[in-house]
Amino acid sequence: MKSLSNILITLVAVTLSLTVHARNNGEERGRPVLPTHVNAKWQQECSGCHLAFPPGLLPAASWRKLMSGLDQHFGTNAALGEPDTVAITEFLVKNASNRWSANTAPLRITESHWYKSRHSELSTAIWKRASVKSHSNCAACHTGADKGVFDEHRVRIPR
Amino acid sequence: MKKNKNKTAWLAGLALALPLYAGANPIQDSYRAAAKQENPAFKDFSAAAGRKLYTTKVGELACASCHTDSPMLEGKHAKTNKVILPMAPAANPKRLTDAANVEKWFKRNCNDVLKRACTAQEKGDFMAYLLSR
Repeated sequence: MKSLSNILITLVAVTLSLTVHARNNGEERGRPVLPTHVNAKWQQECSGCHLAFPPGLLPAASWRKLMSGLDQHFGTNAALGEPDTVAITEFLVKNASNRWSANTAPLRITESHWYKSRHSELSTAIWKRASVKSHSNCAACHTGADKGVFDEHRVRIPR
Repeated sequence: MKKNKNKTAWLAGLALALPLYAGANPIQDSYRAAAKQENPAFKDFSAAAGRKLYTTKVGELACASCHTDSPMLEGKHAKTNKVILPMAPAANPKRLTDAANVEKWFKRNCNDVLKRACTAQEKGDFMAYLLSR
């Protein structure tokens, strides 16, 4: 009897994990998205034009690809010196998503399945507001974004 | 006693020299040296020329597109909406104090706005404008 309930529990657990897996097609952000200790260069250099996006939001392969193409970074030459590039890449790769099982490596966080599924209920009008403007502007709504906090309790959608 | 006198003379000299130095910026000085190399007829940097550069639009962007019409004000990145702190040292004392940082942003933003590198003359003019605010 006991072994039967064990089997049942295992079955439920496996089904649940498969459901989560299926929901985001294996493109799941890591936990935590931001380690307790962050690299100072990452903080300084990556926050020049946008929020320093936490490493756990993308898999290691994405970060490697992104960091090796900084001279063509979404329309801007954002190339850094060799030592900074190496140090920042190391930090990003080491703390990349630990729950990304898909064989994909998007360059844009907004192309990932976890991102799309979590933002699907928002109307297009919200994104057009001057206070939001861009999908890369996490901090417009996620008040704890700079600390790597993206949970719903800290979301305030601006007017 | 003699030592004290020397010290007084040195301090007096420093007090005299400091106001003269107050307007100078060592980063701008290095651009001055480079500008002389670029152009033997180089005279000085001009805040007016810097202002002109600040508002010059090539394609879609001018410096003012992200930094607003005044470098004394907080700006916003034209694409990402990220807040940009004021560029003029009078409004933000951290500006124009780190040579590598200044050079990094000239390299990046001249390329973004003008689609080319800035000359030493342009960099010095731009700094003259920011320092004049």
